[in-house]
Amino acid sequence: MATSDKDMLVQFLLRMGDNSLILGHRVSEWCGHAPVLEEDIALANTALDLIGQTQFWLGYAAEVMDGDKTADDVAFLRDVWNFRNILLVELPNGDFGQTLMRQFLFDAYQSILLPRLSKSSDPRVAEIAEKASKECAYHVERSADTVVGLGDGTEESHARMQAALDRLWPYVGEMFASDDIDAAMAAAGIAPDPASLRSEYDALVGKVMAEATLTIPQSDFAHKGGRSGKTHTEHLGHLLTQMQWLQRAYPGASW
Amino acid sequence: MAATRLSGGVVVTDGQRPTEGGGEAPSRRGGRGLPGVPPGETLRPSTDTIWTWLDAVPDPEIPVISLTDLGIIRDVAYEGDTLIVTVTPTYSGCPATSIINLDIETALRGHGIEQLELRRQLSPAWTTDWMTQSGRDKLEAYGIAPPQPAGGPEKCPHCGSQAVEKMSQFGSTPCKAQWRCTACLEPFDYFKCI
Repeated sequence: MATSDKDMLVQFLLRMGDNSLILGHRVSEWCGHAPVLEEDIALANTALDLIGQTQFWLGYAAEVMDGDKTADDVAFLRDVWNFRNILLVELPNGDFGQTLMRQFLFDAYQSILLPRLSKSSDPRVAEIAEKASKECAYHVERSADTVVGLGDGTEESHARMQAALDRLWPYVGEMFASDDIDAAMAAAGIAPDPASLRSEYDALVGKVMAEATLTIPQSDFAHKGGRSGKTHTEHLGHLLTQMQWLQRAYPGASW
Repeated sequence: MAATRLSGGVVVTDGQRPTEGGGEAPSRRGGRGLPGVPPGETLRPSTDTIWTWLDAVPDPEIPVISLTDLGIIRDVAYEGDTLIVTVTPTYSGCPATSIINLDIETALRGHGIEQLELRRQLSPAWTTDWMTQSGRDKLEAYGIAPPQPAGGPEKCPHCGSQAVEKMSQFGSTPCKAQWRCTACLEPFDYFKCI
């Protein structure tokens, strides 16, 4: 594999792994704080699946990089500017409704992307996606149900879910903003061009929002910069100070 | 068999990269021959014997079923003198995975296996279809409703009533969901079908 191809693959794997890692961390912040015990357990389990998937993606990224890095090195020893997650997943949780809305917007994307990745020309990508896809199918079922339950719920829950959708919708577009890395992955048959997933995504999200009696904002303005690493929100740095605290305070510490 | 300290950590690889197993345990001779192995011959238990030993290793979180009942042992084979045990995870982030590997190693080393390598295999992804019938029966007898293709428990594992309802899609471990029986009013775990 030529160096540039390798770099491209690493960037793709970081995008996959960082999305799972940062969202997994965000969702885990609910542990002990969710409105009822069942939701607390559900969020912790969702976070656990995401962190597990992260180990596979970042573990593979570490292998492709030169040297003998591990998934832990990649997760805990990089600073903000080296993260490649979309901005959506680094946003603070907000209320429970906003957390579940974000989860659905992300799960919906993954539920379309992962089955395609399970046919990747790269066998490692394919097997990780095949595994993650089964977990994602379970997540999207639950997050969609919850969005419908709260959206088409009480006046209060409806208003909160509409506010969550209005707040988060400008972060959806970044998932489909293709660049040269995506083009290289598509050309190599490793991953689909994200732009090609948009219509299927809009159909799925449109169906669920209609059922939830929620209105998707008209504007297609999109905040970008996370996937490319150009600009993260201020929130990612704060998240990392917690997530990476142990390795920063005690470099090289192991369990 | 608590607290067997293992000589040489087991090597867990990703399948493609065979690595040497930790094989520094003292050589075995004298009267500790393995079943079915004539004295003086190389002590190499058959893979059928290994499977029997693995049948006795319980799942660390649901000890009523074994690892083979769970269907996560995908292969047992020799490469040269090294025994390769291929294991697939149930859920990506299941914290029991590393304990499962440790338990496999402890059990096999306890039976005298010295050259051992555990390999992680992700594909094909684990499915509850691989759970044995005896595993399903044991789960139910233990109070956990076994997985059903319909996506929910067939009946309450306590009283047998079909009047059951879901409390949460998730439960006490990644592989379970919480349900409740509306006849006997008892909550119970349901083993998720994936």
